[in-house]
Formats: sequence, C-alpha cells, structure tokens
Amino acid sequence: MSTTKKTLAVAGAVAAALTAVTAPHASAQAKEKCYGVSLAGDNDCAAGPGTTCAGTSTVDYQGNAWTLVDAGTCADMDLPAMADGTARNGSLEPLERDLPA
Amino acid sequence: MPARSEHSHLPNAAGVGYKPQHFQSIMENAGTVEWLEIHAENYMGDGGRPLAQLRHLSERFPISVHGVGLSIGGEGPLDPDHLARLKHLVDWLKPASFSEHLAWSTHDTHFYNDLLPLPYTDSTLTRVCDHINQVQDLLGRQMLLENPSSYLAFAESTWAEPAFLNEIAKRTGCGLLLDVNNVFVSATNLGYRPQEYIDAYPIDLVGEIHLGGHDEDEDDHGRPLLIDSHGAEVVDPVWSLLAYTLVRSGPKPTLVEWDTDVPDWPVLEAEAARAASALHAVKVAA
Amino acid sequence: MSREEQFTRAILDARLPVPEGLLDGVARPAGRRFSVYRNNVAVSLTEALHQGFPVIAKLLGQQNMDGLAAMYLRAHPPSSPLMMHYGAGFPEFLENLEQLSHLGYLGDVARLELALRCSYHAGDATPLDPARLSAMAPQDLMRCRLHFAPAMGLMRSDWPIFSIWRYNTEPNAPKPQAGAEDLLITRPDFDPIPQLLPKGSAVWIAALQAGETLGDATDAATNEFPDFDLSAPLALLIEGLALTDLSQ
Repeated sequence: MSTTKKTLAVAGAVAAALTAVTAPHASAQAKEKCYGVSLAGDNDCAAGPGTTCAGTSTVDYQGNAWTLVDAGTCADMDLPAMADGTARNGSLEPLERDLPA
Repeated sequence: MPARSEHSHLPNAAGVGYKPQHFQSIMENAGTVEWLEIHAENYMGDGGRPLAQLRHLSERFPISVHGVGLSIGGEGPLDPDHLARLKHLVDWLKPASFSEHLAWSTHDTHFYNDLLPLPYTDSTLTRVCDHINQVQDLLGRQMLLENPSSYLAFAESTWAEPAFLNEIAKRTGCGLLLDVNNVFVSATNLGYRPQEYIDAYPIDLVGEIHLGGHDEDEDDHGRPLLIDSHGAEVVDPVWSLLAYTLVRSGPKPTLVEWDTDVPDWPVLEAEAARAASALHAVKVAA
Repeated sequence: MSREEQFTRAILDARLPVPEGLLDGVARPAGRRFSVYRNNVAVSLTEALHQGFPVIAKLLGQQNMDGLAAMYLRAHPPSSPLMMHYGAGFPEFLENLEQLSHLGYLGDVARLELALRCSYHAGDATPLDPARLSAMAPQDLMRCRLHFAPAMGLMRSDWPIFSIWRYNTEPNAPKPQAGAEDLLITRPDFDPIPQLLPKGSAVWIAALQAGETLGDATDAATNEFPDFDLSAPLALLIEGLALTDLSQ
C-alpha cells in the first residue's frame, strides 16, 4: 500500500471509530456521586473472629502438604495445557505499575 | 458550632468509622452522625473511587484519619515510604484529627495486618516516643495514641498501661485516643476492673473516644477471653463504662467502629445515636 | 531473638511453642491467648486473598482457596502496609505449584484480577476530547502519538482469560473455548471494565504505549495481522476514556 493510501486508510478508520462512539461510558452522575462499593483489600483495625482455627493449624505449609480437592468452576471448563498450541514466550503483558516495596 | 476537644478539632459529638457501602446513606441523611473516621491506608492509592468519595465526604463532615499500619510500637525504624504517603494524605485532606495505635504490625519489611502488642518497659517507652516525635515533626501537628486490646501480658513489663500512655504523652506532647471497648476487653482478659483503668488514666489528655463490639471466647482455663472484633453492637457494660468515662472527661468526640459483618446504615446510625445520647446526658449534667 | 522475631515466627508457624514470658492476668503462661494473634494474621490475610482474587476462589472453590491462602500468606506476608496491593506474587505462586500445573490459566487469571485492582486505585486523568482527533489532517494523524490514562491496562495471554473471567463473574456467560485472548481494561468512571480485544489490537496499543506514532503502530499491527482495523480498539479506548492527550 502506498503511503498516501495508508494515510487515507488510517484517517478513514479513525473517522469510523469516532462515528462508532456514541457517548463515553461515564455518566456525569456516576462521576459526581461516586456511589458503589470498594474493590478488595481494605485495611482495618479489627481482630478476626475468636472461634476460628485458621491460625492455629499445625500442618506444614509447604506445597506438598496441600492437596487439591475437586471443587470450583475449573472442573466445568475443558482447557487443555497450551490451549492454542502455540506457546508465546513471555506473551503476557500485565500492567506495569510501581508498587510500593 | 459544637464545642471542640482540646486535643483534636473534632466536634464533641458522635461519629462512625466510614465504610464505602454507606456512602449514599451518609450523603443523604447522616442522622446523629456529625463526623467520620477513615483508615489512612485505604486512601493511599493514586485515585479512583476511594479518593473521590473522601473528597465529597470531607466537604460535608470533619474527618478523622486513623492509621492502622504505621507500626509505632515497632522495634525497627518507621517505614519512610509509608510516612511519606501519610504526609501526602494529611497535607491534602487537612483532617480534624490524626491518630494511631500503641502497637506494631511491621517487622523486617513484612506487614502482619494486625495490631500486635509490645511490653511496657523503659526501652520500649523511649522507642515509642522517638517514633511519635518523628510523626508529629513530619506532619507538623499533634497526634493521638490509642490504647490496645490486650489478650496477654509480658513478664518483662514494668509500666502499667495508663502510666505508660501518660508518660508518652508527657514526653511527646501527643494526645490520647481512649478506646473504652479496648479497656473493657483488656480488663476482662487480664482480670482487673475497667473502672480502675479509667481512674488511673490521664483523662485530660483524651482527644477522642472509641467504642466497638467484641466477640467472646475462653482461654485454656475456661476464663473469658474477649476478642476486639468490631463485628457487633457495643455491649451494655461498655456503654456503662463510656458513661463512667464521660463523667470524668466531659463530652468528647465519640466514635463507633464496626469493621466486620458491617450492618446496613440504620443499624450503625442507631449505635451512633446511642453514643450521642450518652454525650447529651453528660452535657446536661454539666 | 527479639520479641518481634519470636512473635512473628510463632504467629506464622503454630507448630512452634508460644514464646516465653507471655502471661495471663495471674502470671500463668498465655497458652491459647497467643492464638488470637495467630488467627488475626491468618484470617485477615486469607480474607484479603479471597477478596482480591474472587475469580480464582470461584475457579478453585473455597476449600482449595483457603489451603492456598494458608500457604501463600506464610511464604509471602505483605511487604507493604497497604492491603490494596496484597497478592502481587500470587500469580507466580499458583504457576509454580505442581498440583495446579494442569490448570495453566490460573496465573494469568490472577494477573487479570491484580490488574483490575491496579486500575481501580490508579490516578485520575482528564480524558482527551475526541474532537481533537477528528480535527486532525490525515498526515498529522499518522505522525501523532497517543497518551493513556493511568487506569488503562492491556493484557495478552495464551489462555482465554477474558472468557474465563466472564464465565465466573456474569450469569449465563458462555463457557470459555480454548484459545489465546487479549484484553483491554478501562475505567470510564470508577469501576474497571475488562473487554476482549480483536486480533492485532494489543500489538497496536502496546506500540502506542511504547511511544510509537499512530502510523508506525498501525504498520506493526498490520504486519502481524493483515486484517487489523484500528477503528475497533480506538472506539474502545475513546469510550473507556482511556486516552488523555495526543502529541506530534
């Protein structure tokens, strides 16, 4: 494709995208009122329930002491290893963010 | 304008620990709740809903920033990154009060997400005072220090807790946050009368009072072991202890904490209303 | 050994005795009173992992998740007092467990859940006015560079992570089919939204993120996927308020 053709193609695609966008997702009201629950991971200063024994189990917490039991939705899904057959090394690109040490 | 406590700029009225699920209810009708407390660490992200909510709330209510992760009682130095985040939040929000705990939670760069206890000795006294001086110097303001819930005692302790807190306040100029539920829990767990603790406590230094619910368990000898779960209503003996305290302290900013199994707003507001009437009773008596 | 050292070791390993010199109110050994701290740490961190990785918890079930959390919290206690960041090492931890090796997608699903959390707490940004794009001459468009909101995220996986996520979060969502998937996370107001990206879009967005021009990024995507059409990902970015600025 010539440079001019390419340029026009890109401009056409940008114009198509702008037409496709009816309205941005965010409603002014949602932004103003910011209702909604928080996502995971709050700090608080409460103690855990007294009756639990989660902290007092004397098992060895190494990987070989834990046994996978048959449960959860993973049992419903049939996704064999290397699903598409073509492993892409290091293909995953998660968000890069500076987490505090 | 309600009267304000000498050791904080919070009103001498009822407040609650803020939970995001109550945002709408609070903005619509906060009832008897006149001020809110947040846990500092939950507002140390870069943006998004938590900070947007806090911005709205702070336009309507005095805010108390209550830290749960500074590890003031820790053996090691305070985390400079965490101090910087705290300063950033406090400088931006300019809260009516900042408070932290007489406890530690970080050791060797690991954070244990619990308020862990320390022995009360001359050397831990020096350490805690150094940390409080550092925080107050950095923030350029007085902080309040809260008494912990105790489940055990240290053989090496040489100070009683009220005297230890008094000495810290004397050396650093900090104020105190008196958690009367913690007093009740500690007194039950360690076998003394909670009123004795209040009598020995430097009540004039109180800038804020906390109330909360606790769970009941028992120790190896079948003795009651109360757990500071913040997951239920405040029990009657703690309300009585609040009344006993308020008679001595006069009205103070009084907060209800409910952190686990958080109820719908009306249930929490009703707890705050009960605190408000305890404050009203002491104002009328005076 | 310092008091803190004794405490933290005994908290994380209940096979160790309760440290010496811890007493009840009448100077008897503290015994199970110390368990309060063991429980507080284990329960609160387990709870934090359940809340932070709800899809992993659903995929594996409560019992498996509890067991994994018990191991993880002891191997990797939080390294920051901000619980909003806890679990950064969880994806790799899942990938390295022999017993989970047949569920190769778990690590990437956990990364998606972390990325959603990052997006939720990311800094706010003023979105780009789309009129600035429509006002540009075609040649200028080719040379322009796009700038993204901090809350935007891009993920590429060998696994159908978007479909897995949707199957476990939306009622009546279709069962995931084998295959690689790329996804975009945007945060148009306060809640992060993951969306499936058409082929080539992730190459295009990654090139733009790296600072390449619209023209070069489009070449890069088209080289890998000849049918690539930038209008779909661009519309998603504009709708998701994920663009903040453009520069020449």
